[in-house]
Amino acid sequence: MAPERIVLRFTPDTTEKPVIYRLVKDYDLVINILRANINPQKEGTLVLELTGEKYQQGLEYLRQEGVSVQPLIEGITRNEQLCTMCGSCTDICPTKALYIERPSMEVFFNNDKCIVCQLCVKACPMHAMEVRF
Amino acid sequence: MSGMSAVNGGISMSAEKTYAEINEKIKNGKAVVMTAEELIAFVEEKGFLRATQEVDVVTTGTFSPMCSSGAFLSFGHSEPRIRMQRVWLNDIEAYAGLAAVDAYIGATQVPEHDSLNSNFPGEFKYGGGHLIQELVERKRVRLKAFSYGTDCYPRQEIETSITLDEINEAILFNPRNAYQNYNCAVNLSPRTIYTYMGVLKPNLANAHYCSAGQLSPLLKDPYFKTVGIGTRIFLGGGVGYVAWNGTQHFPSIQKDSTGRELGPAGGTLALIGDLKQMNSQWLRGASFLGYGATLAVGIGLPIPLLNEEVTKFAAVKDKDLYAPIVDYSDAYPNRKPGNLGFVSYAELKSGQITVNSKQVPTAPISSYPGARKIAGILKQWISDGTFSITEPVKLLPNFNDQITANVLKG
Ligand code: SF4
Ligand code: SF4
Repeated sequence: MAPERIVLRFTPDTTEKPVIYRLVKDYDLVINILRANINPQKEGTLVLELTGEKYQQGLEYLRQEGVSVQPLIEGITRNEQLCTMCGSCTDICPTKALYIERPSMEVFFNNDKCIVCQLCVKACPMHAMEVRF
Repeated sequence: MSGMSAVNGGISMSAEKTYAEINEKIKNGKAVVMTAEELIAFVEEKGFLRATQEVDVVTTGTFSPMCSSGAFLSFGHSEPRIRMQRVWLNDIEAYAGLAAVDAYIGATQVPEHDSLNSNFPGEFKYGGGHLIQELVERKRVRLKAFSYGTDCYPRQEIETSITLDEINEAILFNPRNAYQNYNCAVNLSPRTIYTYMGVLKPNLANAHYCSAGQLSPLLKDPYFKTVGIGTRIFLGGGVGYVAWNGTQHFPSIQKDSTGRELGPAGGTLALIGDLKQMNSQWLRGASFLGYGATLAVGIGLPIPLLNEEVTKFAAVKDKDLYAPIVDYSDAYPNRKPGNLGFVSYAELKSGQITVNSKQVPTAPISSYPGARKIAGILKQWISDGTFSITEPVKLLPNFNDQITANVLKG
């Protein structure tokens, strides 16, 4: 079975929990961590490849622990035509992939830092952040 | 103002100018125009007197979601005639309790059958603001109308389509725009909240503000010394006018808990202009997750430097302009008085502020690069001689008028 790629998002309370350990021990899953990030607000993001018989049960466990689980999509792009450079996504983005340059206050998107959590997709009032499957 | 502008060897000794004198210079392509940012730099170097003598007009700008926006549309008459008691444009209802074939489409109206917030937080992907943007882009829009029949208006329904050029009038009329100042919104509760100030993370994890600060129109004419009824402005990429004070125009002077004065707040503008000459770069539909649909409006206000006092206010910097920090999880929705202190726009723009001794990341809702661009476009128009300034028919009420808000009982 090909490994499934998923994105886990942790709130400050769930960052502390040993969920990865549990996934290995209780659900016997093989884990390959592709990207990991914890921001200063203690919000965490993990991009994983997961394989194993108890894959679904493992995801169910994560959700019960309050961890958000989403499939990994190809990538995110910013539609420059639609972006008004308001900046309101920049404190929603957990990795500063969307950031403000000062003093111009222009908003930039650094694709390399993007962990494809998609938080900006709904938070952007102009629908400028687009999902690429 | 005296209008005495004694010219002596080409150097104006007086620092007073009239609207007529400035317009004469604009007409001759001789006016000196600067954006509010440029004026700040000029004043730092040369002082208020020199700035007042040498600069004629200062331009401001703001580009931000402004919910109290909309347009009057007059569709033209069909054969046979219909009164149009109720009207929908792309399934969004426009208010038609007016004369036959007139309607008002509001920026925050959403389509019939939108799931709203039933699957919280709702996305509000399409609304009146988006529809106005599409009209401006000359996109074809579905029109549906019903009416009871009358002897003079016998037709009871119509389904057709229109474009902006096919209808008779389209007048953008925004009853409350260009807020002088705005709250810095935070969330003290343990859950994420979805507001017109964007997504506010739990436990004071971010702060959103919504003003262009030192470029923002009414922060640069805080006591309404030049802006009034009839003032010509940049509106939605075209030319517009100040129609009146905006709704909820309650000009005041902010004071912190120690009584220190922290500048003006509370003014708003009602704006009007021909939608047909605007463009969608500066009139853009917007969606606020869990809150609703709206319209981002670009506005630019010219401020004539009539005297040194006007210059002083127009040259105020971000570090001297303050916003109150307000909790949107409880204080705001429940209308509890008080705030969590004040913070300057310089601090807000730095990306981090301190609230309740906690470091909190900030983000704007209003586009500062957009505001700067608008101030630049308006400067260009005035420098080119295509846009003259207007002496208001009547100035707007200021804080001395002590207008206070009534509270709705119930
Ligand atoms: S929220 Fe959207 S429009 Fe605003 S800066 Fe971010 S991507 Fe651009
Ligand atoms: S998907 Fe959006 S919010 Fe998430 S990391 Fe990428 S840019 Fe930031």
